[in-house]
Amino acid sequence: MVDIRIPIGLMFSIVGALVTIFGIFTSSDAALYEKSLGINVNLIMGLIMLVFGVVMLFFAFRKVKQKKQ
Amino acid sequence: MKVDLSWIDYLIMMIYFAFVLGIGWFLRKYMKNASAFLEAGRSIPAWVAGLAFISTNLGALEVMGMTGSGLKYGMLTTHFYWIGAIPAMIFLALFMMPFYYGSKARSVPEFLKLRYDEKTRGLNAILFAVMTILASGISMYALAILLEKILGWDFNVSLWISALIVLGYTYLGGLSSAIYNEVLQFFIIVIGLLPLVFLSLQDVGGWAGLKESLAPIAETQGYASDTMLTTWKYTGTATGNPLGVQWYGILFGLGFVLSFGYWCTNFLIVQRAFAAESKIAARRVPLIGAVPKMLIPFLIIVPGVIAIVLLNDPGKNFILPLNEAGAPIYDYTIIMLLKQYLPAGVLGLGITALLASFMSGMAGNVSAFNTVWTYDIYQSYIRGATDDKEADEKHYLKVGRVTTVCGVLLSIAAAYIASKFGNIMDFLQTIFAMINAPLFAVIFLGMFWKRTTGHGAFWGLLMGFVFALLHHGLTSPEGSTTLVKGGWLATVHTYPVEMAQNFWTAIIAFSASTIITVGLTLLTRQKKTNQQLRGLVYSLTPHEVDTDLPWHKRPLTLAIFIIAILVVLSIIFW
Repeated sequence: MVDIRIPIGLMFSIVGALVTIFGIFTSSDAALYEKSLGINVNLIMGLIMLVFGVVMLFFAFRKVKQKKQ
Repeated sequence: MKVDLSWIDYLIMMIYFAFVLGIGWFLRKYMKNASAFLEAGRSIPAWVAGLAFISTNLGALEVMGMTGSGLKYGMLTTHFYWIGAIPAMIFLALFMMPFYYGSKARSVPEFLKLRYDEKTRGLNAILFAVMTILASGISMYALAILLEKILGWDFNVSLWISALIVLGYTYLGGLSSAIYNEVLQFFIIVIGLLPLVFLSLQDVGGWAGLKESLAPIAETQGYASDTMLTTWKYTGTATGNPLGVQWYGILFGLGFVLSFGYWCTNFLIVQRAFAAESKIAARRVPLIGAVPKMLIPFLIIVPGVIAIVLLNDPGKNFILPLNEAGAPIYDYTIIMLLKQYLPAGVLGLGITALLASFMSGMAGNVSAFNTVWTYDIYQSYIRGATDDKEADEKHYLKVGRVTTVCGVLLSIAAAYIASKFGNIMDFLQTIFAMINAPLFAVIFLGMFWKRTTGHGAFWGLLMGFVFALLHHGLTSPEGSTTLVKGGWLATVHTYPVEMAQNFWTAIIAFSASTIITVGLTLLTRQKKTNQQLRGLVYSLTPHEVDTDLPWHKRPLTLAIFIIAILVVLSIIFW
């Protein structure tokens, strides 16, 4: 019917990219990361989500390719 | 007390909303008949249904409640995820799913109709429909009040928006849309709460620091110093652990009666396995779900345990909101932790995780209600059977859609009733939670004893419920000031904690139901022939051979693997 990995992959890629960029732009904002013990969690979580999203998409599209062959 | 969200937090939330609705929109063109809408066409891959199976259970009340329980009971709370879930899920997969799926029943009430008779189905269908609406109304109310108190959102606006989004995607794509979204929501819940676990653990000095800080707190409460990080060690006596229950109470009450009642017979949950693409896939669904189930405690219970330390350390500046009676609201632990540790960005992700957990729970209720109402109540008692199958499918698709709208509106109404008469709703929910234990007794006897009769099952189901009610009406937890918690007839016995009372209510309901079903079965005649019971009863059904499958697809090997993990976890956190 539909491969759920595509919407999951897309969503996490988009949100991951967004949060990563937000993390990069706020990396010098010490006040923002005071709560998170000085750790730039946005950068870390953004990258985790980005990788997760891309991996999901990779597997989904690999399957589409296999079906076509 | 209030948390301010920034533009990025709202943006993450909006993207999430767009995707859940988008999935529904994309699936709408596949909804050509009733079975696609109400049964997902029995076409869902096992891993998708398996994650949905867990996600449906991971509603907002579950997440909030379990973190709160982590704060109250420490790691003992993991009993609800380990002994209180895993054996039941394995039993469902290995022994019950072949009959559920093989019977081609579209719902648990319909299985009762096939195995027993019409009256047993009717009783169960009506109780289930009422319970589902109540449950979704109560969780909706809990979510809206939380958003109002902590984020300052308007109660009515958050109630209607969250309900309408769920309505949107379940109306468009039916059960498929609910299931696919549950998988998405599962990943959001995990990823959204992940930073919380790491940051809070870091803050208390890792696991060793947590252990050290918890010791004096446990001692002042009168427990051994490591109680809060153990599961079985101090269950030799009821007074030695904060749960207030001994090991055999946990084993039998939670590990057997409560968990088998919930995981093996609650249609809300097993519907996900009914939607699987084949019988073998359906059997794998609970087993695939069991793996994340065992690991979720690290995500939602451990932060609660850490909150014990935070609450007792004035330097951490961590407080819980109080209710009108001046007692801390334990259920708000998770959101106060989100507020404590997460900066803008991941904070939006954490709040989205809470919203996602709410939606997965509510969509589960709505889709289960839909199927039961359409097939077990409307088709059986209102419209009646017709010969034209094709026209039927079209008609029931329409009915399913209308039911989705009605179900959501009824839940909203229930949420408003809960906001006005909270006690009555709590009471009703406690009462309806009592239908699961007798239901398990009746379905279990039906599957494994071919003699069990319809009369026996009906009265077993009904009287199990009545006995549970009587027990609840005659006992109360210590220090209870409200009749909602029990003792509304008279108090003949007082339990040290509410948990113990719940366990015993379930045990009594189960025992009464078993005794009455067996007794009446022996007094009445079996009206079903062996031919009719084929595929429904263990001894009359040919056993499947799955040795041609690779080992990682065989239910039995998967089950052994899961039990091994459970044993290892239990030893580590003994």
